[in-house]
Amino acid sequence: MVAYLVAVWLLLVGLYGVITSRHLVHLVLCLGVMQASTYVLLLAIGWRVGGAAPIFADIPPSTPVVDPVVQALTLTDVVVEATVVAVLLALTVQAHKRFGTCDPDALGALRG
Amino acid sequence: MSARARLVLGLGSLAGLGALLVWAVGGLPDFGHPRGPYADLAPRIMLDERHVANAVTGITFDLRGFDTLGEELILFVAALGAAVLLRALRTEGAIEEAAADEERRGPGTADALRALGAVLVGPMLLLGIYVVVHGALTPGGGFQGGVLLAGALLLVYAAGQVAAVERVRPASLVEVADALGAAAYTLVALAGLVFGVAVMDNVLAYGTTGSLLSGGTVPVLSVAVGVEVTAGVTLILSEFVDQMLLRSRGGD
Repeated sequence: MVAYLVAVWLLLVGLYGVITSRHLVHLVLCLGVMQASTYVLLLAIGWRVGGAAPIFADIPPSTPVVDPVVQALTLTDVVVEATVVAVLLALTVQAHKRFGTCDPDALGALRG
Repeated sequence: MSARARLVLGLGSLAGLGALLVWAVGGLPDFGHPRGPYADLAPRIMLDERHVANAVTGITFDLRGFDTLGEELILFVAALGAAVLLRALRTEGAIEEAAADEERRGPGTADALRALGAVLVGPMLLLGIYVVVHGALTPGGGFQGGVLLAGALLLVYAAGQVAAVERVRPASLVEVADALGAAAYTLVALAGLVFGVAVMDNVLAYGTTGSLLSGGTVPVLSVAVGVEVTAGVTLILSEFVDQMLLRSRGGD
């Protein structure tokens, strides 16, 4: 139950960072915090009381394990976040070169 | 809108969203008791039908293999996009000059840091390869191992050898490896059509559970993804290192 609330908290605190951000790199990192909430949520949904890791290298096949489907989804999630961060940071470099600032508010003003 | 008005509006919206989310948490499955049949079925299918010990890797490259195809192409496109964006503003030959400048100035990092970096690169490469090829057996797989392999290159950079990074990653080789990894996954996915079954069907022999080649196409796809992730992440990182080199020279 606490894990679900941690996911909610991560989403909200990340969104707060996005709203109040004064620097594009800070904004991208806050987006990463928001996305971290989805990892916590997915892993929490798949957790089983007393369940082992879903890897049968050294445990009997009948052992109860946590849900591996959501773990695979979390892997996809992590990859997507890494790629999104890479492209956004590249855009940040471009924005800084073109407009000389990384402040989102100043960027809005430049566009008029 | 003033910054203050926006903050008030934002905080109000966050409070509302937070209340709705906490309400929604009440409707989630009971913590510790996953709902739905797949939590139990997926490990069974992986172990009994596919002979894959690591259920997570098995699901990633078999049950959800088609999603992973899209995921890998996302990474491919993102590496391409980042490279195009970061290369757009630089002039021909500027990177080589900047790297030569950096080399003349000598390393700015401590000897201990550079020695540690040099010592750790080899073991890290080995660990990365191990994690990629044992994806079907033990924790790991193509994505995790690929990031480790790219991390070994980042270690060279962190140890202050920017000029060495420029040498050990020939840009064309990285780009070709990136494309090869993406192409290999797509071709294995299409192999099902050649054998008269569905796309992404597992067409190879499943082998013995616990052996290196168990799981049919699972270890093959894991290696393809490993190559793609290594090259993709290396491409992205080195483009950012190039930007830093250009900045240290004080211009484009």
